[in-house]
Amino acid sequence: MTDVSAFRLPLFRRKREAREVRGYWASVVNRLRYDYVTLFFLTIILAIILLAIFAPLLAPFDPTKTSMAYRMKPVGFRNFILGTDELGRDMLSRLLWGGRTSLMMGLVPVAAAMVIGGLLGVIAGFRGGWVNSAIMRTMDVFYAFPSVLLAVAISGTLGGGSKNGMIALTLVFIPSICRVAESATTQVRGLDFVEAARASGASTMSIIWHHILGNVLGPVFIFASSLISVSILLGSGLSFLGLGVEPPTPDWGLMLSTLRAGIYVQPLVCALPGVAIFITSLSFNLVSDGLRQAMDVKA
Amino acid sequence: MWYYAARRILMSIPIALGVTVVCYALVLLAPGDPIQSLLPPDASPEDAAYLRKVYGFDKPIPIQYLLWLQRALSGDLGISLQTNRPVMLEVLNALSNTFVISVGAVLLAFSLAFILGTIAAYHIGKPADRIATGVAVVGVSVPNYWLGIVLVIVFAVKLGVLPATGMGTSGSASFSIFDWNQAKYAVLPILTMSLVPLGIIMRTTRSAVAEVLNNDFVQMLRAKGLGPLAVLRHAIWNALPQVLTVMGLQLGYLVGGSILVETIFTWPGTGFLMSKAILTRDVPVLQGAILVLSLTFVTINLMVDLLQTAVDPRIKRA
Repeated sequence: MTDVSAFRLPLFRRKREAREVRGYWASVVNRLRYDYVTLFFLTIILAIILLAIFAPLLAPFDPTKTSMAYRMKPVGFRNFILGTDELGRDMLSRLLWGGRTSLMMGLVPVAAAMVIGGLLGVIAGFRGGWVNSAIMRTMDVFYAFPSVLLAVAISGTLGGGSKNGMIALTLVFIPSICRVAESATTQVRGLDFVEAARASGASTMSIIWHHILGNVLGPVFIFASSLISVSILLGSGLSFLGLGVEPPTPDWGLMLSTLRAGIYVQPLVCALPGVAIFITSLSFNLVSDGLRQAMDVKA
Repeated sequence: MWYYAARRILMSIPIALGVTVVCYALVLLAPGDPIQSLLPPDASPEDAAYLRKVYGFDKPIPIQYLLWLQRALSGDLGISLQTNRPVMLEVLNALSNTFVISVGAVLLAFSLAFILGTIAAYHIGKPADRIATGVAVVGVSVPNYWLGIVLVIVFAVKLGVLPATGMGTSGSASFSIFDWNQAKYAVLPILTMSLVPLGIIMRTTRSAVAEVLNNDFVQMLRAKGLGPLAVLRHAIWNALPQVLTVMGLQLGYLVGGSILVETIFTWPGTGFLMSKAILTRDVPVLQGAILVLSLTFVTINLMVDLLQTAVDPRIKRA
C-alpha cells in the first residue's frame, strides 16, 4: 500500500536539507521530531512501561489481598483511589501489577516471533529453492488459520497458564513475520551489491550479517511493532476466556472477565481494565504507524 | 483466467490437508493420553481398550491420522462428550449462527467504512481525514470483548431497548433475521463485531481511493469540469475490487474469531461452542470446531481470490 499522506516539506526547509547531509537514522529522528502525535503516544507507552516496572513500589496495597468488608467499592472510596474489585482487592494496585502481565503478553510473544520468524524468513529467502518451499509452505498452513482461532486452539489444547498463552501467541505471529522477512530477503538477495560481496569472497554468514540483515530488519521491526497491540488484545482475550493468566495473578483481561459479575453494581470500576487495555493498544498502534512513516518502510 | 482458477483451487488442496494435520496434531499435543481425553472420567479400562482399538490408537501415528482423516471426510467427527450428539451436527448448527452475525457485521462495517474512507481520501490531510482515520485506529485498538460489555450496560441495562444475551425464545432452530423479535438479539453482537473490520476496511478504502485520485485521468476529469461526486464515482469503481477483497478476508477472520464476542453475548455459534468445549474439556467438539472453522476460512479465502480475478481483469496472475 502506498501512503500518499506523507506530508511535503515547505520549499525553504527542503533547501536547507539539501545542504545538510543526514544519515538515515538522523533523518528518521528528524521526521519524528515534528510528529507530535507519535511523540505524545510514545510518552504514554514509556509511562505505562515505567508504571509496570515500578508497580511493587507504587502500588498502595497488596494486589492479591482480599477483604470481604470492602467488596465492589466505588472510585475514591477511602484509601482505594480506583475502588475495589469483587473480592475487595484494591483496583489501583491490581491495575499496576496487571500492567506487568499484560505488557509481557504483548511484548514477549512478538519479540520471540520476531527472532524465530525472522530467522526462518531470512533462511528461506536466502537459500531459495526447496528450502524456501519447505519453510514457506509450512507457514502457509498456519496462515490458513484465523489468528484468534489458532491462539485459542493451541492454548485450549495445551491448557491455560500464561506460559502456554505466550507460546500460542508466538506461534500465531511467526508465519506473518516470516513472510515479511522472506520477501525482504528475496528482494535484496538479487541485488548487485550482494553479488559483488560474493565475488570478492565474502562467506554466506558474512553476507547475511553485513548486507542482508540491515535491509531486512527495518521492515520486520516495523511489522512486528504493529503486532504488539494485536498481541496485547489477543493475550487479554485469552485471559478473558480463562486460557491465559491464572486467577490469583492480576491481569487486565482476567480482571475484565472476573469483574463481569459486578457490572451492574459498579460499572465504572468494572470498565477500568478495559480502558487500560484500550489506551495501551491504541498507543502501540499509533506509535507503530508513526515509526512506519518516519522510517519510510512500505509493508 | 480459467487456468488461474484451476491452479488456485489445486493449490488450496495441500493447504487444506496441512490444516487437517495441524488439527490432528493438536490432540496429540494435549497433555495426557488422547484416549483419556476422549472418554468420560468414569470409563472402565475395558472401554478404554475398546475405544483405543476402534479409533486405531494402537497403530502408528501416520496411520492413525489417515484413519481419522477418512472418518472426518465422511462427516464423522466423533461424538460430543457432553451432549452425546455427533460433533458434525453441533458444529454445523453453530456455524450457521456464527454466519448470521459475521455477515451482518461485515456488511455494516463495509457500508460505514466505505463512506468514511472515501471522504477521508478526498480530503486527505484535512480535519475530515484526521477524524475518519482516528475512528479507524480506535476501531482496531478497542478490545471488543470490553466494548460488548459496555454496550450491554448502555443498551440493555440503562436504556433497556435491546436484549443483553442469548438468541431469543425460539433459539437457533427457526432464526430469521427479518423478524425483529428475533433479529434484535443479533444487534449488539453485530455492532461489537463490526468494529475491527470497520477500521481495517476504512484504511484500505482510504489508501485505495487516494491512490486512484492521484492518477492522471482524474486530473483530466477535473479539467473537463466534473464535480467532486462525479470524479469520486470514477475513483470508487476503480478502488472497489481491492476493498471487496479485504472485506472478504475480514469475513473469514470474523467467522473464525467469533469466540470472544459470542462468549460475551452467549450467542450459540461456533465460538460459544468452543468456549464451552474448553471449559468442559470436550476435546472432540473442540477439535471438530477448529477443523470446520479453519476449512471454512480456507474456502472463503479461495472464493475471495477467485471473485477478485473475475471482477478485476487488470490483475494478472502468474
